[in-house]
Amino acid sequence: MELEYLGAFQTFLGVMARFWPVWLALAIVLGLSMSFKARLGLYGQLFDTGAGIAGVLICLFWLFTSIFADVISPFDPLAQIFVMKDALPGAIEPESGQAFLFGGDRLARDIFSRMVFGSQIVLIIAPAATLFALMVGITLGLPAGYYGGRIDSLLSFLANLVLAFPVILLFYLLVTPGIMDTPIPYGMAGVFFLFPIIFFCTLFYTRYKSRPQLLVVQLALTILIGGWVYLGLVFNADPLGIIAIRPNELNIFVAVVFASSPGVFRIVRGLVMDIKTRDYVAAAQTRGERPWYIMLWEVLPNARGPLIVDACLRIGYTTILLGTLGYFGLGLAPESPDWGTAIKESSRLLRSYIHPALPPAIALMSFVLGLNLLADALREESLKD
Amino acid sequence: MISFVARRLGTMALTMFCLTLIVFFMVNLEPNLRKLSISQLDMRSSDEHIESWLVKNGYRDNFFVRYGRWLGVVQKQPYVDPETGVTTARFSYCDEPDEPYYGGILQGDFGCSTKFKTTVAAKLFPALGATGLLMFWVMIVMVPVSLLIGVIAGMREGTRTDRSLSVASIATTATPEYVSGVIFTIIFASWLGILNGSAATATSRGITFSNFTLPVMTMAIYGIGYIARMTRASMVEVMTQQYIRTARLKGLAFNAVVIKHALRNALIAPFTVIMLQFPWLLTGVVIVEVMFRYQGFGYTLVEAAGNNDIDLLLGCSLVSVFVVLFTQLISDVGYAYLNPRIRVS
Repeated sequence: MELEYLGAFQTFLGVMARFWPVWLALAIVLGLSMSFKARLGLYGQLFDTGAGIAGVLICLFWLFTSIFADVISPFDPLAQIFVMKDALPGAIEPESGQAFLFGGDRLARDIFSRMVFGSQIVLIIAPAATLFALMVGITLGLPAGYYGGRIDSLLSFLANLVLAFPVILLFYLLVTPGIMDTPIPYGMAGVFFLFPIIFFCTLFYTRYKSRPQLLVVQLALTILIGGWVYLGLVFNADPLGIIAIRPNELNIFVAVVFASSPGVFRIVRGLVMDIKTRDYVAAAQTRGERPWYIMLWEVLPNARGPLIVDACLRIGYTTILLGTLGYFGLGLAPESPDWGTAIKESSRLLRSYIHPALPPAIALMSFVLGLNLLADALREESLKD
Repeated sequence: MISFVARRLGTMALTMFCLTLIVFFMVNLEPNLRKLSISQLDMRSSDEHIESWLVKNGYRDNFFVRYGRWLGVVQKQPYVDPETGVTTARFSYCDEPDEPYYGGILQGDFGCSTKFKTTVAAKLFPALGATGLLMFWVMIVMVPVSLLIGVIAGMREGTRTDRSLSVASIATTATPEYVSGVIFTIIFASWLGILNGSAATATSRGITFSNFTLPVMTMAIYGIGYIARMTRASMVEVMTQQYIRTARLKGLAFNAVVIKHALRNALIAPFTVIMLQFPWLLTGVVIVEVMFRYQGFGYTLVEAAGNNDIDLLLGCSLVSVFVVLFTQLISDVGYAYLNPRIRVS
């Protein structure tokens, strides 16, 4: 059966039209940001430079794309419509009359919808994994940098141990299907996901020790919410059934956190070693504050600038890591629409069809580029002060 | 200086010991041993068959005994037939002797690859040579280009050249190998047809411009941005120094100031960065070699990991960890050597 095709310009218009919720949301957010620019602090200053605007725009674009993925994508990312096998961009699917805007892949799935849904996977896992890596890195980096000595030597040795592993080898060892039969991923998840709870408990305890009523509420909330998430993620036993994670997703999540937390550790350690020589730390020490109070309430807030920049870069790096996992077919299911897996699938067939390879490749590249531009702009702004 | 290097070498040995122990633990997990025995026997082997194969080849011995054998402090045992008492070598294709012997890393014996049916040394070192060739060309391309971009961008901070070069280098750091490889293959192999989309012929028939350019380009591009940005930052810092102002005020031309006064000092920091790029390049090597089917170290690593080839995988990790730690050492020592203001204690 002959397929009908849209022209190049019509295809372009079609893509633009499909993204209408994103354009709408972008317009609202940008309008609000521009009008309240002066009151938005660091975020408002981002709009002063071209690179900053571009970074914010690209990141928001992918954020909204992942939020509105159901509205944007015309087809189910996993549905196979056999006439559309290897269809070229702009081919019209005969039954619904909708176009396969970026064509169909080897298994006759809509590449456009897959790219849109791929953003969901990336934008959930990458920032969440970065957040956990930050928690682990901060909780371990603060004492290492502040106390120095034996704690520092031990923790630095462990961090260097992980950093000396080539990432690929680490992933091949940690993210094979067989390892999900062993307790290793769950044990590692159990350790890593404990860190945020420890972090927040210490954070509140050191500050509000003298106000027991407030402290009890804070600690109870932390343990309740933290424990709820913990149960859901590690044991997959959320009593409310809201938080659920598949074993293979938990596995890649843990592997990515494991691979990127030593980097955070090193940065935090370096920052703390620098900041602890400042006068306000000496003042706090003279006041007789406890070490953990100084670390969490004096040192950490003053290290936030470089940490925010690093977090931006690290989300991008985590996205690249996820893509690497997908490219080697580790962890994620073979039919998963994430960008790395899509690039792997299509790069094998580049000789016959090139159109399935481009959308996921450009999507991944643009998202990481947006994050890097954002980080660069943030760094420039923080250097100005 | 010598005690510093000695201490670092000691840490290096300890790190390698710990890492190989971890790798050894991971490859000896039950699912991985099962994968190995299935790849050695066949898909439909019964559980008893698998178990007896594992026992026969010594995979069921104590964990530390086996690690000691790999290390070379415990004797490797041949297979003894329980009925006749005849001893035969475990892996005949590796010329293992049929009597107990010490054959581990400490004796220089990397063991036996079950996937390629040969000794690890026979597989690993030619692969390393091939990768070394790739790395050499990547360095030849990457280092001058990135230093040039960084110096040009950094010598006049804030100009349009600086901005556009900076954005370009940010863009290359946002492009991992598997993305740039796909894009380059589409442009140069599919559309223009001037380059070969696969480097498989490079192994058999030697490297040529058409089969080697794409892998080298793909690997170099990811590193270029990063090194260029570091060079730029270093250059910008140097250009604000007093001695640059003095040189300008005494009437030297701008180009002369840059070449004679700024360049040498600005290139110290990028040296460290280039050395520390090696661990990243190792990951890049794996992606690029798999993507362009080049039979080097990365390809071997993926094959070893995919088939749980224990000795080969351990050999690969030992080599890569050595490369990472050794380049770190060189970068520290070299930095102290290049920069007289730094003295290692």
